[in-house]
Amino acid sequence: MTKVLSVLSDGYRATVEEQDDTVLWFTSMCAKELDMAVLLESDAVNYAVQTDDVADLNLGGRKAADVPRLDRDVDALMAKGVAVSYLAEDLIARGIDESRLIDGVKPVARAELPALFEQFDQIWHW
Amino acid sequence: MGKYLVIETRSPFGSDEVLGDYETAGGLASRGHEVTLFLTQNGVLAARGTSTAARRLAALGEGTTVLADEFALRARGIGTDELVLGVASADAGRLVDLLLDDGRKAIWR
Amino acid sequence: MPKTLTVLLMDPPYEDERTTTAFRITDAALGKGHNVRVFAYEGAVSLTMADQAPHPNPVKGTSVDDERHPTTKDWASALFGSADGRLEWINCGLCVDERGAGNWIEGPRRGGPADFTAWVKSSDATLVIPTH
Repeated sequence: MTKVLSVLSDGYRATVEEQDDTVLWFTSMCAKELDMAVLLESDAVNYAVQTDDVADLNLGGRKAADVPRLDRDVDALMAKGVAVSYLAEDLIARGIDESRLIDGVKPVARAELPALFEQFDQIWHW
Repeated sequence: MGKYLVIETRSPFGSDEVLGDYETAGGLASRGHEVTLFLTQNGVLAARGTSTAARRLAALGEGTTVLADEFALRARGIGTDELVLGVASADAGRLVDLLLDDGRKAIWR
Repeated sequence: MPKTLTVLLMDPPYEDERTTTAFRITDAALGKGHNVRVFAYEGAVSLTMADQAPHPNPVKGTSVDDERHPTTKDWASALFGSADGRLEWINCGLCVDERGAGNWIEGPRRGGPADFTAWVKSSDATLVIPTH
């Protein structure tokens, strides 16, 4: 099976409008036919942070039904067998302690990226 | 070993992430892979010999092939005679050849 | 020997140079005799909207005729015209629905992620062009 690494950099892009991160969603759909893994980098590393409360959206009296919980979406991906890692330097730069992360996500140092890329047939950067 | 094509569309002047991309390209080359860094869009802004990123590209050019999209260069008024040593211009056809090169992994950045 | 390149696009029209680069790659690949499959995801489903119309330019003082400005659907049409059957284009159906972008030019068809993964498995190369 084709092995693909989805590298997600752009965090929170239209996630409230879509009620999803559309790259995590697409990755989940592709996982039915491809051997997928995810690397969170840049602002997207924040998706691995356990979040107990998310902001509601109420515009003109219309309420968003399902404000996305990206940490849960990452968790759901892992439950489907998609390995999720994060770029360690980007977590540190954002002052996020590893203790705040959901279980199961693995750190990768920038210097380890070449070795990571070698494991995959394709690398999709989003 | 393997082959990689890193398509860099961003200039390094607004973000450290692009320098990280150069580092990753160099890291792949140091592991014995054949690496081509194809600069396009604002990525070509790094390729002027007088830019502050020129030295990084020149150093990268020792272990990798660094190409700059001629269309993007022309759009930005960068002559091929201005390019940092080690960077050559290339057209979209060359990019297609690299994309369809057997076994080459393409990464858009 | 012709090969097959799959390209995934995300940007809507007029937002980023990525669209032009994607069209250039597609054109160059077709020009070399290769097959190209374009999967339009998210905003890219608007690239082929039939209702796009060029406009005059009041800053430059030019008319529509003066501008001679192909809209993105015109570029896509031109690529289909030059492709001799070697260009396939899928607009992601759910993305089309939430954008109301269902009226498109001749050429694209509706599809989804299953089509993309089928293309990935059967193409010689896949390039994902993200949005930001």
